[in-house]
Amino acid sequence: MLKIVVCLKQVPMVSELPWDPVMGTIQRDIAEGMMNPACRSALETALRICAAEGGEITAVTMGPPMAEEMLREAISLGAARGILLTDRKMAGADTSVTSHILARAIKMACVGFDLVLCGFSTSDSETAQVGPQLAEELAIPGVAGADGIEAFGRTVRMQRSSDNFIEIMEMDLPCLITVTEGEFAPRYVPLGGIQAAFEDGEILTLTAADLGCDPEKIGVKGSATRIMSVTSPTAVKKNLVLTGAPKRIVEQLFARFEDKIGGAIGRDLKAEKTK
Amino acid sequence: MSTSKKAIWVFGDYRNYFQNRVTLQLLSRARELAEKIDGMVCAVVFGHWTDEWLGEALSNNPTFCGVAKEYIAHGADRVYLTDHSRLAAYSMETYVFLMERLARQEKPEMILIGATAFGREFAPRLAKRLDTGLTADCIGLDINKDGLLIQIAPSFGGNLVAEIITPQRRPQMASVRPGIFQEIPHDHNRTGEVINVPLPRDIPADRVRLVRSERRLMREQKLEDASLVVCGGRGMGSKKKFAKLFELAELLGGEVGATRPAVYANWVGHEALVGQAGKQIRPQILFSFGVSGAIQHTAACNNAKFIVAVNKNPEAAMMKLADVAIVADASQVCAALIQELKRRLRLRQ
Ligand SMILES: Cc1cc2nc3c(=O)[nH]c(=O)nc-3n(C[C@H](O)[C@H](O)[C@H](O)COP(=O)(O)OP(=O)(O)OC[C@H]3O[C@@H](n4cnc5c(N)ncnc54)[C@H](O)[C@@H]3O)c2cc1C
Ligand SMILES: Nc1ncnc2c1ncn2[C@@H]1O[C@H](COP(=O)(O)O)[C@@H](O)[C@H]1O
Repeated sequence: MLKIVVCLKQVPMVSELPWDPVMGTIQRDIAEGMMNPACRSALETALRICAAEGGEITAVTMGPPMAEEMLREAISLGAARGILLTDRKMAGADTSVTSHILARAIKMACVGFDLVLCGFSTSDSETAQVGPQLAEELAIPGVAGADGIEAFGRTVRMQRSSDNFIEIMEMDLPCLITVTEGEFAPRYVPLGGIQAAFEDGEILTLTAADLGCDPEKIGVKGSATRIMSVTSPTAVKKNLVLTGAPKRIVEQLFARFEDKIGGAIGRDLKAEKTK
Repeated sequence: MSTSKKAIWVFGDYRNYFQNRVTLQLLSRARELAEKIDGMVCAVVFGHWTDEWLGEALSNNPTFCGVAKEYIAHGADRVYLTDHSRLAAYSMETYVFLMERLARQEKPEMILIGATAFGREFAPRLAKRLDTGLTADCIGLDINKDGLLIQIAPSFGGNLVAEIITPQRRPQMASVRPGIFQEIPHDHNRTGEVINVPLPRDIPADRVRLVRSERRLMREQKLEDASLVVCGGRGMGSKKKFAKLFELAELLGGEVGATRPAVYANWVGHEALVGQAGKQIRPQILFSFGVSGAIQHTAACNNAKFIVAVNKNPEAAMMKLADVAIVADASQVCAALIQELKRRLRLRQ
């Protein structure tokens, strides 16, 4: 029976946020959380491996207390239990610190794990760094960006496409793989599933102290980089502003820039025949 | 081997050279940074028969002989080269091991890595091994008054750019997407040294076994190389309206790009995504429809020579970036452009 750990992150549901079509602004402050799409694929992969090979899934997340609902969702989909790493001291962790904390939790609460699955990247950071760094922390082999994974016995085989190459690779367990959003359509939560998971699902909550983290090494403090300044780069060009009826605007645009646009595409766009 | 001069290293990611010139772009920027700290630029290359890797493709170029020389011709003062049959294919574990070993020995001040698929995994692993900081996906690099690397990157998921430094730990590391910097032209008169670094004897066996690796047909870089791009955002309103952009692009002989909401809404495939999570474009002309201009998007298209933006909101960041800012409904302007172009192109027949 395989012991599988899936790392999940809750991200803001930005693409589905209420949007003001008149001004075109998003109301970010009321962002609801959802399971990051690539994490969902990682969970789906774990569920399929379990179905084929037999196994048990532990879902782990580091995040605010509300991330618990995502763990409940994972349980309702088939995970055996969830681990919530939550602590104010962990806030502001960069990828390196995040992977450090996840590694501590996995070593502590998932002794004897065989396979760790992560999403390839998260929609709120797109770094794709946590998985590879977690493999370093756990000192196990790892592959990032797999599109398809199969396990046979103590070996996993995966395929990925990377920089114009299609690679097929194998590793022995224990190992770590990050999964792209590709192949599998994730399953839906069965009706009443989350409710049931709220009632019976086993969730272990751990703080930095429980994990024995050195406070100097986690959160913002532990980060090797420092933000010096944050600016809003509104480069203002001296530009031409056109308003009015679309047809008029387009006429004006061509009147001014037909040569420029025509030049870029190598075509003559002049309105009059010039022979 | 060590010199007292501070060194800026660039990881020599040659596997997709020609399609992907990010190593040359980084060498070029590293040269400018090196001037500011009176340092030197080094490229690091791992492989086998790297001299011949590009030889075939460049056989009609008499000035060329090998990756190392190529990097010197593009700005490197020194190339560290480990050439061994074990390195015939790219390997994450082996490359991280070699780079860590070399960096611990030579103590570079900075390491710059191209954000190719390989580089995006290589950089964070290396940073972890070296216990140092890394800023991923930089859109700019500079040197501050203390001689530290300023790593400029989009931040906080919004419209902000952060300047980040690595105050204490070394090396200072950054990864950069292809297309941000301009390479310096090949100069075969440039000289530099090539240092052959032997493969360490204690190199561990690779735990990841490459069963098969196939080069795909060269991925076409239509969007990246297009001289005209028509880009649509959420302001296009619907899939049906977005589809009109394809008609416009076709008339203009250009390519279609999109923002993330347009891709998420499935109005267009992921291959059209322009931005931090997608492609970097540098067209002569960019038409931008219903795009607000978030930094994750604009960092990948603000190199466009001439920008025409259409947005209902004159204050949108994209409108500020534009040479022509059209305050109107995006899909109506798109339709009017199609009509007008058809008229004009018909006149030419
Ligand atoms: C880590 C990370 C990575 C990201 N990577 C990318 C990336 O690679 N590429 C990318 O594009 N985004 C990326 N994003 C998302 C980015 O931050 C923005 O959310 C996104 O670019 C906004 O897209 P948009 O301009 O289409 O939508 P919006 O910001 O919603 O803007 C829509 C615009 O359309 C205008 N509009 C509305 N209706 C009309 C109309 N009828 N006519 C004309 N104009 C109208 C509005 O005024 C508004 O300015 C990333 C975000 C994060 C956090
Ligand atoms: N806070 C977190 N808790 C659990 N897993 C995480 C967390 N952050 C990142 N991950 C994992 O790392 C993957 C890549 O994240 P990122 O490096 O942020 O793009 C995610 O898909 C998750 O599997």
